[in-house]
Amino acid sequence: MFRDIRLIGAAFDPNSAVDALSAATPGAGGVATFTGKVRVTGGVEALELSHYEPLTLPGMEQLALQAEKRFDLLGLVIIHRVGRMNRGEPIVCVSAAAHHRRAAIDAVDFCMDHLKSAAWFWKRELRAGDWHWIEPRADDYADLARWDAK
Amino acid sequence: MAIKVVYLGKLAEIAGRDESELVPSSGVLDWADLAEMLRIHVNPQISDALCDERTVLALNGAVLPDKHSLEARHGDEVALLPPVSGG
Repeated sequence: MFRDIRLIGAAFDPNSAVDALSAATPGAGGVATFTGKVRVTGGVEALELSHYEPLTLPGMEQLALQAEKRFDLLGLVIIHRVGRMNRGEPIVCVSAAAHHRRAAIDAVDFCMDHLKSAAWFWKRELRAGDWHWIEPRADDYADLARWDAK
Repeated sequence: MAIKVVYLGKLAEIAGRDESELVPSSGVLDWADLAEMLRIHVNPQISDALCDERTVLALNGAVLPDKHSLEARHGDEVALLPPVSGG
């Protein structure tokens, strides 16, 4: 099982992490990847993510273990930025390698739903010169709840 | 020695600082002491935010299943955690 779980304080290249996953899992039938970026529309000038050292990375590692238990994976990447980001910069990258596509795609979906509203991050956006704290939308909580029902 | 209180996310903005140090006279800080000391030494708004049912407490890096069961001693770190949002 290839695993790359990281918190990063500076801009990163999701492609190199995905390439490393692919290279480390030659037996995989596919790799699914989601990269979340700071929107360039909607008036957001910058985004800032804060975290709490004792909880955030251990929580991401716990999430990876849950995903590995639940889906038949060969490798998993979860990289999440913290600090201040500009428009267009990657915030998060989740990538999963598996024998079959369903496990890879579902694992990415599962990890993203948990990172959005059940991981130890706090997000705020700079709009028109003022910072605004962002809380998950009802849809985000509903997306997360889908996994409890399964 | 004191008890370190850490404010995360918007709670740091409400408290007007990232952390505080509290020294309870009894040496032990329970839930009622924390609410009271924050009200007196920081501001009433952060004490109210602590009582918000969505605010979670962690003691030395472990989330408390019931924040009302808090029992912190000298050298401990208590974190106030508002609703999260990542990704």
